[in-house]
Amino acid sequence: MARVRMRVDGVVYEDEVSPRTLLTHHLRDGLGRVGTPIGCDTSNCGSCTVSMDGDSVKSCSVLAVQADGAEITTIQGLADGPEWHPVQKAFREHHGLQCGYCTPGMVMAAVDLLKRNPSPTEDEVRHGIEGNLCRCTGYQNIVKAVLSAASELRGEGAHPGAFSTPPAGVPA
Amino acid sequence: MIPAEFDYLAPDTVADAVAALAADEDAKVLAGGQSLIPVLRLRLSYPTQLVDLRKVQELRGVRDDGDALVIGAMTRHSDVVADPLVQQHAALVAAATATVADPAVRHRGTFGGALAHADPAGDLAAVALALDAELVAEGPGGRRSIAAADFFQDYLQTALSPDELLVEVRIPKLEGTWSVHYEKFNRVAQAWAIVGVATAVRREGGSIAEARVGLTNMGSTPVRATAVEAALRGVPAEAGAIAEAAQHAAEGTTPPDDLGGKADYRQHLARVLTRRAVATAAGV
Repeated sequence: MARVRMRVDGVVYEDEVSPRTLLTHHLRDGLGRVGTPIGCDTSNCGSCTVSMDGDSVKSCSVLAVQADGAEITTIQGLADGPEWHPVQKAFREHHGLQCGYCTPGMVMAAVDLLKRNPSPTEDEVRHGIEGNLCRCTGYQNIVKAVLSAASELRGEGAHPGAFSTPPAGVPA
Repeated sequence: MIPAEFDYLAPDTVADAVAALAADEDAKVLAGGQSLIPVLRLRLSYPTQLVDLRKVQELRGVRDDGDALVIGAMTRHSDVVADPLVQQHAALVAAATATVADPAVRHRGTFGGALAHADPAGDLAAVALALDAELVAEGPGGRRSIAAADFFQDYLQTALSPDELLVEVRIPKLEGTWSVHYEKFNRVAQAWAIVGVATAVRREGGSIAEARVGLTNMGSTPVRATAVEAALRGVPAEAGAIAEAAQHAAEGTTPPDDLGGKADYRQHLARVLTRRAVATAAGV
């Protein structure tokens, strides 16, 4: 067993873990932070994405012992009290989800992208979330939500989305 | 699945890491873990011990060493891509690294880890080969330098012995004015290259004076497309001549035949992607 100490969503936890414990399992099973889902088990899908010391990581491909001393933010630590993060708000407003399974990881990846690139093009948004798979939406509304959140975070207010013509069947 | 049990050690120095590897032949080095941890989870490997390099500061960072750029083995992909020295002196490394996996994986995965893993579908080995990189290993007997051409020996097999650690990679600076391009063909939802082509081209006026071409996933190791390099020497920098030279891209290759593509399809891709890569690098 190994002793690990990490701050997760603002709370410091200190625990004994087996070295083979994955960060995602430590968060969910050890600390009860079940907002981070486990999807593919092979680091492909990105649903378990969290922020580790300010960088997005796939928590299924990090050992809990590697996160000793780290600052972790999960989807559950993103809101400011009752106030949702602008990316969370934008995902709701633009319906950037259907089943919702990929959403926590998708939101965390989008937050990371916008921190590095506050004014992404549509193409840059698609590349920025390429490590996160959604099998429902076809990504249209996700991309719209991220572009809208970018605008909101730049202080320009939310906008209805950056597509010049809305995809067929999707209200603008 | 979760990995099988293993012991875990996180030494602070290269010397301590090497000593740990020398003391346990079934120990495995953990760099960024973006290949190793999935391998452990799938129970494809059962190391007795993981020697985690995360605390070894001397392995991180990029430095200018006169005629070469030196990239520390534990430098993360995201740091390699953003590094001004890499952009200036090893732009092909930056271009290929930017296509590795996705942003979250690039935040953890490392330059040395990817090379030591030696997956022929990985993007960086072909670049190391094309740029004549030297891979520096440290073991109980000290340091030695291994040419990229000798480093990659087979599928996931390198010249590193079990008690050796890849510590840094020396990338010779290209003399003169070169332009580079990494052309990659992959499924959108998976960043492994079905085939990739790493190329650097030096033009002299209207001709190609010199070219380097490395191929990803065209065999059990990265491949240097020497026939293309020879065919490009001195030809006019125009589409027809480049297309003709690119016809040699698959010569002597034995690419894998798997779900990603049949071998003859990969040979076709190698010719097409080489043409595109060289044309893009040459500004044609």
